[in-house]
This record gives sequence, structure tokens and C-alpha cells, in this order.
Amino acid sequence: MTAAAAPRAKIEVEDLRLSYGHREAIHGISFDVKANEILGVIGPAQSGKTSLLRCLNRTIDFVAAAHVSGTIRVDGEDVRGMRDVFELRRRVGMVAPLPVGLPMSIYDNVAFAPRCAGLRATGDLDAIVERCLRQAALWDEVKDRLRSLGTKLSGGQQQRLTIARALSHQPDILCLDEFSIAIDPVTTMRIEDVLKELKRDVTIILVTNLTQQARRLADRTMFLMAGDLVEIGRNEVVFSDRPARQQTYDYINGLFG
Amino acid sequence: MDEPIPSGAPARHDGEPPFAQTSFGRRKVRQEAAARAVFLVMTLLMVAPLVAIVTHLVVEAWPALSLEFLLDIPRERMTTGGVWPAFVGTIYLVVISLAVAAPIGVLAAVYLNEYAKDSWFNRVISLAVINLAGVPSIVHALFGLGAFVYAARFGFSVAAASLTLAIMTLPVIIASTREALSAVPMSFREACWNVGATRWQTIRGVVLPNSTSGILTGIILQVSRAAGETAPIMFTGAVLYKAVERGALLPYYLDDQCMALSMHLYVLTTQVPNVAPAIPYATAVVLLGSVLLVNASAIGLRIWLRNRKRW
Repeated sequence: MTAAAAPRAKIEVEDLRLSYGHREAIHGISFDVKANEILGVIGPAQSGKTSLLRCLNRTIDFVAAAHVSGTIRVDGEDVRGMRDVFELRRRVGMVAPLPVGLPMSIYDNVAFAPRCAGLRATGDLDAIVERCLRQAALWDEVKDRLRSLGTKLSGGQQQRLTIARALSHQPDILCLDEFSIAIDPVTTMRIEDVLKELKRDVTIILVTNLTQQARRLADRTMFLMAGDLVEIGRNEVVFSDRPARQQTYDYINGLFG
Repeated sequence: MDEPIPSGAPARHDGEPPFAQTSFGRRKVRQEAAARAVFLVMTLLMVAPLVAIVTHLVVEAWPALSLEFLLDIPRERMTTGGVWPAFVGTIYLVVISLAVAAPIGVLAAVYLNEYAKDSWFNRVISLAVINLAGVPSIVHALFGLGAFVYAARFGFSVAAASLTLAIMTLPVIIASTREALSAVPMSFREACWNVGATRWQTIRGVVLPNSTSGILTGIILQVSRAAGETAPIMFTGAVLYKAVERGALLPYYLDDQCMALSMHLYVLTTQVPNVAPAIPYATAVVLLGSVLLVNASAIGLRIWLRNRKRW
């Protein structure tokens, strides 16, 4: 790696440790995420995938007993020293695994974040709502009833609404945690296509239990297990017959896990 | 061949109709009917005294009940006439005390529920609030006497009595508001935080709009408590008699002493000789009626808001 010439990584994680009370969930992992790549994150349950994302946008702060050490830098700035965590969370979009439609209209669901960031002009909000709903493959289904409640949508529609909301504040990093868990395969494919397009503007971290989804979408994939980083590398290597670690091969090919 | 795993299903024999009654099945049905009957009887037992009280009150009060009774002032050493000064006094006390207690209580509850971390200090505060709600009203009365009448130099007055009632209702308002706030699912808050909303934006945008019904109900239920208590106001500002014009809407100043329905009822039944027997009953009906009216409006409000519930 030509470290001197390479542009600074979008996210740099160094020796990240996270414990909940006395139980350590992440045991000191280090990796980079490059600008405009899709980094797949795979690993069995309890491997620390979701906790890792919560450290990135500092929603881990809300967990009372959680203790984080090590550094996470976004664009070179240590997230744990930031005063304005709200701007950090605006820049690091997050899609949680379970769909959450906020108890307000579909329009307000998508306009909520821009409004929180201070945007008031109706024309701008209209444009953002339409763009995000289109990107989340939901526009055609809801364009005639934007004023009806987001909570009344079906589970899959609410999941896409959640994705639209995560795009609405124009993050430059987008974290997706099992986004396809409640969505049918056809819609999943449509959103995957959108993600490939978004890559031009956004850095994406894709946590998924579907190893094939990581194989399809990601440029690089990271394999976590029980809070340890087993392997991170280009997809051609990780998903080849000879990844760096035998464990990776076994997990991806369903030999354990 | 393996033994079949017991499933609790009755053994079936060939040729039997598929829903044949077993003795166990019949017993289950009987038990169900018995349980239902017991619960129903208990519910009726609970309603019976309430119906008896209300019927008795209304029957006894009937000769005195009229609009005139509500609007008139007590006459001839309180042996006849109406309850207007006491009725207005109660409204004064309740409105002022809730105007003080409701904002403080709701805002404190928002802090405790939305901002406070699970620390030693905040746990002590929560525990204190819960215990305060259980303090007997006579203790609040003595506190009000010491704090507002003497220390703050309000004297025996509407202000001192209202503040004492406010102190008394505050912990319950905090508790009911916290209850309403925690009924809003945590996932809504997390969704807001994830898009960069501050806690305040989250509270204003999602938490408060969806807990209004519970918060308001909790506050309104305190109306009946504030209106019904005698001890706290007897020590701090309610008096036997106060000359007020018939039907006057603003008869008291904050530093005046006042009459109140609960106090008036106590006085009529224990201190005044030769009262027409219907008068105390009619006073009780006015007190009970206004409290029930307020509670009914709380129920109505709750139903209306629940129909607008959004998840």
C-alpha cells in the first residue's frame, strides 16, 4: 500500500474496543473505509456488527453501560471528541434492521431530518422528499398519499421509508444494517441498484447476513466474529476459494455459523 | 417405532365424531363459566357502594337542589341559602394550583424521562417523587402552613392554599406524565436520533405529540384530588365564611382568604347548628357533580385523542 500517496481514508478505525458493563463486545479492531466504496460487513450473530455501527454515529452514547476506547476518525476528525454529534449523525446515515415509520405523515417522515437541520423552504423539502422516496423505490406506491400516516404502511414499505429518511439528510456515509430483512427480493434488487449508483457520492457500509448480498454489492468485505476482525479484503479475495483465513471460507460457504 | 410425544390432546378412537366431548373438556367449560361469574360479581360489588352513595346523596339533597342553590350565598348563619362563595373558591384553588403544578410537573417529568441518565442522583430523585406522592395530605397541610403562610409571609390566603395543593399534586403529575412519556416506543426516539435530531427536536417532534392524551388525563385527574382535599386548605387559607356577592365571578384576590366546597361541607356538618338537612347533601352533590364533570371530560378527551393515535 502506498500510504503516502493514497488519499486519506473516509473512516479510520484504530484499536476500537467496546464493552457493555464487564462484557467486551468488540475486542480492539482496526480498519479503514475508503471514500466511495461499499464495505460489506458479514459475521454471525453477536459478532459486533451493529455495535460497530452504533460507535460510528455515536448512538452508542445512549447505551448507559457502554464504554468505548480506541479512535474512530471520519474525514480525519475523531468522532469521540466532537461537540456537535448531531452534525456527525446527519453525515453518517443509518438504516436500522427493523422498519420504523415515525407516527407522522409519509411526507413528514422524510422531511423530518432536513427540518431538524434547519431547512424550511417548502420547495426544497418537496424536492428532497420526492428524490429520497424515488431512491428508496417507494415513490410510485405513495406519491398520491404523501399526507397519510407513515405508520400505516406495510412492513416492507416502512423499511423503504426508513431508507428514504436516512437519505433525506444527504449523508456522505450511509450505514445499512440488514436493510433487506423485511423487503421482498425484487424490491431488494431495485434498492441494491440504487446503492450502486449512490456509491458515486456516498461511502456505504453494508452490514448483512446475506453473504451473497455482500458479494454482489461490496468492493471489500470485512468478516467479524465474536468481536474480532477475522479478515478484511477485496471481494475477489474474500469470496475466492482461498481467502486469507480458513474461517472466512468456512463461514461464507456455510460450513459453520 | 418411537413412543408418540404427549401433546395434551385427548386420545382419539376410530369412529368417534371429531369434536366429541371429553370429561376434561366439559370441566374446562365449567371452570371458564365459574371464573367469569366470580369476576363479574366482584365488579358489581365494587360498583354497588358508588351507586348507593350517589343515589343517597341526590335523594337527600333533592329539596335544596336548584340553580339558585349554586348561585346564592349562604344566608342566616349558613343555615340556608347557597354555596356560591365556596364553589368559586374551589375553582380558584384548583385552577391556580394546577396552573403552577402542571407546567413544573410536566417539564420535570420530561427531564427525568428523556434527559436524565441512569445515575445515582437521578434514581434518588425518582424515588423521592414516588414517595412524595404517598405523603398524607395533612403533612402537606403542615408544610404549607410553615412554608407559605409563615415563612413566605403569604398569610392565610388563596395563594398559600393553592401552592400547598400544587405541592400535593406535583408528584402525582410527574408520575403520570412519565408514564405517558414512556408509552412512546423507544424505536421512535432512536429513529430520530439516527438522522441527527437533538433530544429536544425528538421530544417536540415525536414524543410530546404522541403522549399528550396521557399527560392531559393525568393532570385532569388531579383536579378531583385538589378539589376534594380539606386538610391542606383548612390550614392555609380556607375559612368558615367569607362575605361575597351573589354570583360574583371574581370575588377573591390572591391574598384573600376564601371559602371552598370541601371545607364548607365539613363546616356545615360539624360546626353549624340547625342547618336544613338538605343543605349539606346538596353541597356534596355540587362538589361530586363538578368533579365527575371534569373527570368525564378527561375521559372524553382521552377517547378523542386515542382515535387520532398514530401507530
